[in-house]
This record gives sequence, structure tokens and C-alpha cells, in this order.
Amino acid sequence: MSYVELKDIRVSYDHKNDILKDLNLSIEKGELVSLLGPSGCGKTTTLRVIAGLINPNDGEFLVDSQNLTKVPVHKRKFGMVFQSYALFPHLTIRENVAFGLKLRKEKKNVIDQKVKDILAITGLEELGDRYPKQLSGGQRQRVALARALVIEPKLLLLDEPLSNLDAKLRVAMRIEIKRIQSQLGITSVFVTHDQEECFSISDKVAVMNKGIIEQFDTPEEIYKNPKTEFVARFIGFENFFQLTRVEEGKYKAGDGTIFLSTRQWETDKRTGTIRPDDIDIVTGTEPNENNTVSGTVKVRTFLGKSYQYEIETPIGALLVNESDDVIYQVGDSVTLSIPAHKLIIV
Amino acid sequence: MRKQIGLKIFAGLVFAFLFVPLLIIVVTSFGTNSTIQFPIQGFTLDWYGKVFENQSFVNSFLLSLQIAFWGTVLALLVGVPAAYSLARHSIFGRNWIKSFFLSPTIVPGLVVGYSLYQFIVIQLQFPLIQGLLLGHFLICLPYVIRVVGSTIEQLDGSIEEVSWTLGCTKLQAFMKVVLPNITSGIFASFMLAFINSFNNIPVSQFLSGPGVTMLPTSLMNYIEYNYDPSVSALSVILMLGTVVLMFVIEKTLGLASIS
Repeated sequence: MSYVELKDIRVSYDHKNDILKDLNLSIEKGELVSLLGPSGCGKTTTLRVIAGLINPNDGEFLVDSQNLTKVPVHKRKFGMVFQSYALFPHLTIRENVAFGLKLRKEKKNVIDQKVKDILAITGLEELGDRYPKQLSGGQRQRVALARALVIEPKLLLLDEPLSNLDAKLRVAMRIEIKRIQSQLGITSVFVTHDQEECFSISDKVAVMNKGIIEQFDTPEEIYKNPKTEFVARFIGFENFFQLTRVEEGKYKAGDGTIFLSTRQWETDKRTGTIRPDDIDIVTGTEPNENNTVSGTVKVRTFLGKSYQYEIETPIGALLVNESDDVIYQVGDSVTLSIPAHKLIIV
Repeated sequence: MRKQIGLKIFAGLVFAFLFVPLLIIVVTSFGTNSTIQFPIQGFTLDWYGKVFENQSFVNSFLLSLQIAFWGTVLALLVGVPAAYSLARHSIFGRNWIKSFFLSPTIVPGLVVGYSLYQFIVIQLQFPLIQGLLLGHFLICLPYVIRVVGSTIEQLDGSIEEVSWTLGCTKLQAFMKVVLPNITSGIFASFMLAFINSFNNIPVSQFLSGPGVTMLPTSLMNYIEYNYDPSVSALSVILMLGTVVLMFVIEKTLGLASIS
């Protein structure tokens, strides 16, 4: 059994629509797991169920083989970091961090030492006597993290902790969070809607949609092998086309083009998909060869290091990213190659 | 430019209309005549002394202070938790309840006074002091719920949640995290409620009785038979008190935050 187990968790506010539908999730000790999905997918609800801020209608929640489903939030003592940081405005940074320790009635010298240590780890030594409103966004974020970590929680829960920071700081902070998390070896759950942020920081990612987990895998696996159309769309696959299965590894598109795939797919999957980066514009290939379609350039967009073309083909409009070695014009006829080893069937 | 000058003159006239009568009261309180006259003949501070010599003024002033203070304290004890639960929990008919709590500020004072008289004095036969206290508690309650309520609504709800995750029970979170962050609202509502209770006439009038008179009532009784500048002097003292309170609110919170 895993360190953290969510079993058949169901959450509903109005007894008609389920926010979470029999959700299952297992997290190993020391892992950082992300819940990734669009707003309204249930990722924050899942985190709040774990925290004990929401009681699930059905299901069980276990940590270290202990059933915590009915244990109230203040007895779970997980560290939680909120999107708004939620620092106590009336307390100094040191008092904010010491808050949880004082509640546990620890000795003053123990508290002082622990607070000192965590402020050092989070790079806040100089700021202990300031108030939250005197700090920048990134510093507040560190305080929120320090306050959650100092109680030595079994679980660290992070609810979109980086979304209020500007882009540069966000990258720096996520590296920081990952560093502290692995240094302390603390099992963590991270909620985000940002795919890049999530992939860079997580050991495993649960992609969520409408209250269910669509796929739970390592970031690499999700990036390379999305299991459902939703996951593929969410992580940047933009080309989708209907196929019929001829036999193992062989599919036929609506216009009769044969698509070969070097991999095995479940027999009920029918939609082909590929990233814009993985399609090649080729010359010198017969248009009716396998895995190729011909089309006309409709739109060209400059992306910086490459151009993106929207190309009208018999199997639908496809987006293709190409380097600027050859620049195609709107109206050009081109032939596209969809490599057999890059084609994903979902 | 011409328009702005016109506007300034208009605004000046409105201010004059509001403040000149008050100014006249202030001036008349220093007059030597035995009746209120304007302009005054000579200058004296005697009338201020007369105010403090008048036992019914002093007694009713002290009573008014006490009733306003305890009425406000009671209103805080009931109103702060009520405001908290209205702000934080999605109670059925929350908006309706909110409007209901504010109704004493909308219903004419006379109606409130009369209905309290009917209920507290005639139906329940409350002793006078307790009746007055109950009435003033009801005058104070809307201010507390409204001002404290808006302060709580502005407070980030996740600071309570974070305190729960750190080990606070709901009560501890309220005491350690919510209360310290809404003191400005509590203070402001205390001032507002206190002033309104102290200045209230209809409720005091209906609920007072033999030997138990509130200051506005005793002032009105006095004017019926006497028309000397001690009334002006008392008015000036009351105005000063209100101005000082308002000044304190302005300095601590800013008036804009409570109106």
C-alpha cells in the first residue's frame, strides 16, 4: 500500500452533480505529485479533501495506513500553502512561522531553534521581524512555505502557490520549492493549471478533468504518451483526426490514407494525434504514400524560433511548426509527413 | 471655469446652511442674557457651569452614557459572532437576514420606539433600565453587524483555513486570527453605535419613565419650560464630544471606511 491513498472519493455539493467522481490516487512517500487540470476540474477540491477542509460524501483517505477520513483538519496537521499566501497580517514573519509550533505547546527554545532553522532554509533570516505587508510576493511565498514546513507535516499541500508571482520569479520559486521539498524529503501534493510548471517540479502528475483523473503518470510519460484526447489536448497536442482501425499498427483516415504506427494501441482508440512540432513538411514524396497528406497553407504565424503553419488537408486542418530554413507562403501546396513513431492514438 | 465657480458657491451655501445654525448655538452659549438671543450682549462661561449644576442633566447624562456603553457592548457580543457567521457561512436566506438586521436604521425611529414600547413595556412589562438597555442594544446591533461584517468580508478567508491546518480549532482560529484582524471594524462600530445610541431620541423617549430619563429627553423637558443658554451650552458640549469621537475614528480608521 502507498503512503497516501485516496479511495473512491466522491464529493458533491448538491447531490446532483459530483465535483469528484470516485477518485482514486496513490502517492508514495517522499514523492511530489501534481494535480493538473483546467479550472473546475476538481484539483483544488481534491487537495481540500486531503487537507480536511472538505468532507467527502463517500470514500476513504489514508496516510501511512491510518484512516484519516473522519479526522478534522486541525488534527491532521498537514502543511498547506495557499494561492493568496494567507499570512497572518497582525503577526511578524517569525510569529507567523512559529504559529503552528506554539499551538503544539512546544518549549520556547525548541520553537526558536526550529523557526531559525526553517528561516535559514527558506532564505528569510533577515526578515524575521518584519510584517507580511512589508514583503514582496516572492518573500511572502517563502514565509507561507516556511510556516507550513516548520511543523514537520506528514504531507505538504500546495494550492497554486506560484500563480500570483511574475513569470521570472515563478521559475525561480518552483526550483526553490523542489529543492526544499527534496532536501526535507517531504511527501507533497501540488495543484496547478500550468503544464510547464507542473512537469518541471513533479515526480508524478495526475491530469484531471471533470472530477476524474484522466491519467496518472510521470511527466515524461504524460508528455510522450497521453492516454486520452483530453490529456493530449491539455498538454499541447493540437492536431486530431478520426481513424478506423485496419489491424494492429495500421489505421485508415477518412480520405483513405493509410497511417502506420510503430506502437501498440488499445483496440477501441480511434483518434490520431500529433504535436505541431512532430509533423514534417517534406518534398520529393508522393502524396499518396503512407503517413503523408497533402494540403494548402492557410495561415502562417511567426513564433520566434520557428513558424507555425495552419494547413488545410483532406483529414482536417493541421498545425505544423517548422524552422525558418524554408519559408512557405500562404497558398503554397505542401506535403506533410506524420512519422509512424510520433503518431499517438487516443 | 465659470461652471466650477458656480459649483463652489453652491457648495459653500449648502455648507453654510448646515453649519451656521450650529455656529449660532455655539455663540449663544456664551451670551449673558437670560434667554437665548443672537447676537449676544456680553460674554460669560456661566451657562456651562449651570449645566453641571443641573442635577437632572448630570443624572440623565450619566445614564445615557451607561446605557449607550452597555447597549453597545451587548450589541458587540451578539453582533460580532452574527456578522462572522453571516460573512463566512452560506446560511439559507443570508441576504434576507442581512437586510432584516439593518431594518432599524431604515424604519423611522418613531416606529421603532413605539413598537419597542408596545413590546418591551406593555407586553413584557420589563423594568425601565433593562427595557432601555434592550432598546438601545437593538439600535446598536445594525451598526455592529454592518461594519464588522464588511471588515470580515474583506479579510482573506484562507488565513482561517491555514490556521486550522496549523492546529487551531475553529474557536481558536476566531480568537487568534480573525479577532486581531477586525479590531478596526469593532472599534469603528463601537463608536458609531455609541454615538447613535447616545443621540437617539424616540427609543429613549418611549422607554423612559419616572426617575429614569435619558439626556435628550431631559433636554427636551427642560426646553419646554426654560429657554436659557444652558441648553446651548449643553448642545456645545455634546457636539464637542461627537467631534472628538469622529476625530478619533478618522485618525484611526478614516471615516470613509465606515460610511
